[in-house]
Amino acid sequence: MAEEVKLFGGMWASLYSRRIEIALKMTGVQFEFIEEDLQNKSPLLLQYNSIHKKVPVLLHNGMPIAESLIILEYINETWPDNPILPRDPYDRAMARFWARFIDEKLIWVSWDAYRSKEEDQGKAIEEACKQLKALENELKEKEFFGGDTVGYLDIAAIMVASWFGVMQEVMKVELLTEENFPNLCQWVEKFVDCPIVKECLPHKEKMVEFIRVLLKDFLASR
Amino acid sequence: MASGSVADQEGQVMLLGFWFSPFVKRVEWALKFKGIEYDYVEEDLTNKSTLLLTSNPIHKKVPVLIHNGNPIAESLVIIEYIDETWQQNPILPQDPYERAMARFWANFIEQKVREPAREALFSKGEQQEKKVKELKEGMEVVEGEAKAKLNDKTLFFGGGNGVGYVDIVLGWTCNWMETIEEVGGFKVLDPESQPQFHKWMANFREVPFIKPTLEPKEKLVEFFRMVRQDRLGLVANK
Repeated sequence: MAEEVKLFGGMWASLYSRRIEIALKMTGVQFEFIEEDLQNKSPLLLQYNSIHKKVPVLLHNGMPIAESLIILEYINETWPDNPILPRDPYDRAMARFWARFIDEKLIWVSWDAYRSKEEDQGKAIEEACKQLKALENELKEKEFFGGDTVGYLDIAAIMVASWFGVMQEVMKVELLTEENFPNLCQWVEKFVDCPIVKECLPHKEKMVEFIRVLLKDFLASR
Repeated sequence: MASGSVADQEGQVMLLGFWFSPFVKRVEWALKFKGIEYDYVEEDLTNKSTLLLTSNPIHKKVPVLIHNGNPIAESLVIIEYIDETWQQNPILPQDPYERAMARFWANFIEQKVREPAREALFSKGEQQEKKVKELKEGMEVVEGEAKAKLNDKTLFFGGGNGVGYVDIVLGWTCNWMETIEEVGGFKVLDPESQPQFHKWMANFREVPFIKPTLEPKEKLVEFFRMVRQDRLGLVANK
């Protein structure tokens, strides 16, 4: 039976959707990308993700799956020839723990640090750096979080690879510095240089311009 | 309990917890469901052990499962680890799509039910009203899912007569929700608008390995009343 795989995703700047694009390309699965206008979501998207009404949504043979980390696990289990999660249960638990950490803690704490007013910024930056340090220590001197090759946690950490660099330039606040986080910075370079990631990830300058426009009211009020 | 280094716990399953924590209870249910022997260590909220702080340096929270000296934190991550390490009595479904759905609902319960419930418990006034509204909306969706999935033959989200991942993740509602209502001073549970959910709660409470673990409501109310007062600075004489 011919397999039908569709990815409903956000436009090029939408990093959660890029996670799935990268995973599908790494797995070698043929898929159709359907770009959603997030200001004007299609009836199909609203039907496939009626609870959250968000991208990305993977549609496999007519069955929808939402939430990027859940989709990554589904991809891992459905096309097991090129697994993105580690095989060992403990290593998998660690990968899941850190992916949640990035999505539930690191991004929000870092966002606080980037947008804080001057008087609160010192403390917010300190907190964000503490969390980055934890991730730096998890990576240690491995080439990728997944070991020799890009895996689930590397894909989840696309936020670190792309968003931090962009925010640093837009908000003029330094968090992810080579001095403080040499492992992570080296990882970012290697990660964005991977052929598949390069294909999917937008250029930094393009992202910076886009985010600048998105945040123009916020930036003007500072 | 003497604190030891993580490496001392070779070949053992140890669970660090608080008696009042719904997250810890989830992990206990997963362990009991599989018939796994474990040592339980009751932590002191005001004086966390070295073992806890070194096992979960990021969040410094319970539950922490320590297996063969290796610590794992976060209840949902721990439950998946338990399911993958011990094959008997599977908690998550086998089919990848069903697994994705189970994980989806677990996340939903965490974000749209458990989190607003906690925030409603520890807030007041307008802020609390906002959270109670969110909680009610989350419960509406849960009732909808219960209506769609459960019936006289399918008592649990795990399918048929057996509990599964979603049941274990939702299970805290069975006695913590009433506690939160009483301590927080609001009402969310409504048998009339949530008939399927209430049927599910009644069935879950009676599951043989679940029933003896449910803490008496009075004990939870007393404890959380104290925590709420403390958090909101409501104690009159200080």
